[in-house]
Amino acid sequence: MQSYTFPDKLGKYGEFGGRYVPELLMPAVLELEEAYEAARKDPSFEAELNNYLTEYIGRTTPLYEAEQLSKHLGGPKIYLKREDLNHTGAHKINNTIGQALLTLRMGKKKVVAETGAGQHGVATATVCSLLGLECIVFMGEEDIRRQKLNVFRMELLGAKVVGVSQGSGTLKDAVNEALRYWVNHVDDTHYIIGSVVGPHPFPRIVRDFQSVIGSETRQQSLEKQGKLPDAIVACVGGGSNAMGMFYPFVEDTEVALYGVEAAGKGVDTNEHAATLTGGSPGMLHGTFTYLLQDEDGQIQEAASISAGLDYPGIGPEHSYLHDTGRVAYPSITDEEALEAFQLLAKLEGIIPALESAHAVAYACKLAKEMSPEQSLVICLSGRGDKDVEQVKAKLEEDSNGKA
Amino acid sequence: MGKHKLESTLEKIKSTGKPLFIPYMMAGDGGIDQINERIHFLEESGASAIELGIPFSDPVADGPVIQDAGQRALANGTTLKIVLEEVRKQKDSRNIPIILMTYINPIWNYGYEQFAKDCDAAGVDGIIIPDIPMEEEVEIAAQLSASGIAFIRLAAMTSPDERLEKIAQTSEGFLYAVSVNGTTGERAQHEERTLSYLKKLTKQSKVPVLAGFGISNPEQAKSLAAYCDGVIVGSKIVDFFHQGNRGEIEKLIGDTIHS
Ligand SMILES: Cc1ncc(COP(=O)(O)O)c(C=O)c1O
Repeated sequence: MQSYTFPDKLGKYGEFGGRYVPELLMPAVLELEEAYEAARKDPSFEAELNNYLTEYIGRTTPLYEAEQLSKHLGGPKIYLKREDLNHTGAHKINNTIGQALLTLRMGKKKVVAETGAGQHGVATATVCSLLGLECIVFMGEEDIRRQKLNVFRMELLGAKVVGVSQGSGTLKDAVNEALRYWVNHVDDTHYIIGSVVGPHPFPRIVRDFQSVIGSETRQQSLEKQGKLPDAIVACVGGGSNAMGMFYPFVEDTEVALYGVEAAGKGVDTNEHAATLTGGSPGMLHGTFTYLLQDEDGQIQEAASISAGLDYPGIGPEHSYLHDTGRVAYPSITDEEALEAFQLLAKLEGIIPALESAHAVAYACKLAKEMSPEQSLVICLSGRGDKDVEQVKAKLEEDSNGKA
Repeated sequence: MGKHKLESTLEKIKSTGKPLFIPYMMAGDGGIDQINERIHFLEESGASAIELGIPFSDPVADGPVIQDAGQRALANGTTLKIVLEEVRKQKDSRNIPIILMTYINPIWNYGYEQFAKDCDAAGVDGIIIPDIPMEEEVEIAAQLSASGIAFIRLAAMTSPDERLEKIAQTSEGFLYAVSVNGTTGERAQHEERTLSYLKKLTKQSKVPVLAGFGISNPEQAKSLAAYCDGVIVGSKIVDFFHQGNRGEIEKLIGDTIHS
């Protein structure tokens, strides 16, 4: 395989990616690219970032061998990359700390962010509190309802949370409002986007900051078993935990990569978020990528039990990896994710985020086709504390329905 | 037709010394049968050209008034295809130039080449695409050019001088000078720097320069038009149509152009 060098200078991954934003934002987007290039060349930036990653966030996260789960499934040796053990309980903070440091380097004092599940909002509010940045977070009204505690967490951390009632009141609409806020305050505000989406250079910056997940996994796998894993599974909303996990393995073609999308009530219904299975290419939120849209190019609403996967787009690099066949993108329904959520809690004493439960559910299927000499890594992108209330209500509703 | 018609119409009005006035209306707001009816009304009211908005589910450059109008238009079943068909029907019974303003995704799904051809057939003279900066414009620009449609570029106050110069020099039909650092919608007033920005663009541009975004009354319109060639008014017109207050639209246009 040729060495993988995407994105190119225009921010494209093959035909995907780019910068489909109003001229008003172009200078900010170019400034960010320049600041990021300069930071990468500056050893003091890396040292500062690494210091926060270890001392504040608690990295390195373990690559934990899930013996009970492996035994239960009877297939390969299963490892969990424990991103749930990061400060704030998910991988999101790997990105927010990096971007907050960039914000300071650009001399900006204010940050805007969108959030779905609230994890990215909490991770942004956290680093803003740490570094003395002003923080405003846009969150869909529907997600505010699903994730009340995370709203309170953000407020405790000093952020202002603004509800978004447009559209379906979920992540897509929160991104629109965050982008509009950025358009109106671009002089002094940086937009900390929460996934590998948006205009270039965001998909690249977020991927690079999240790549700590894959780099650690690679090294840990070599240390623990003297070889790379045979398969890696990660859930995909916008695709940041997956991209961070996959990127260091992209050239290792012997490692099978699986990005798991949310099938909601089923990919053959119109209530799902499986962009690569049910979508087509188009432009949204500044990038050219697969989208859930109608034939007139109107974006459709995504649906998933998991607020963090409820997005009708996907990072452009995933679209590229999908079309080239390097990564497979299966999908998992709400019901399958709920089962995996409970299974991991019972077998391993780990309550996964509903997002991560999608990866666990697919790994359970995949394990059936694998053998004991093989190994499989699941990116456990976050912990499920934020979801227990919602899952409780859902399980009660289901059992009442059956009674 | 097309670019030539737009440029010669605007030049002719400019030579009378009056400011140019381009109202924005959301196609399909109030019903699909209102598209041609409102175009006709705006033409009669003294508009120089018409900016016809195509509704999009995720309009990130727009404030609440145009967002809501877009939602109503979508609920009425408005699509790019339907708008082009409607506009085509009255092609020969109007003189006023028509400019479509649409986000890129509906055009992408329509197909760039087919879109440019159908615009030409419908008597559309110019196109504004708010989410296509110069970095992404090559493909769509080539198709518009092949069909003789003016590709109107947007300039922003955040753009550094080299970008402004390039935008000013490539724009066709007119140059859309975004006159606030923000989304569409009313503003109490424009900043000092807006005026020097308009002056600079007017010097650099070969085509007329029109200020747009945030303009809602004749006083604002006139004060900005003093530094460029005219104004575009969006949210306020959309609002007046929605309230059924056509008299205010006639007055806004009339008071601006007859000073
Ligand atoms: C725990 C967790 N995993 C995954 C995601 C999905 O985001 P991404 O696909 O960018 O990793 C989220 C988003 O909120 C999340 O909170």
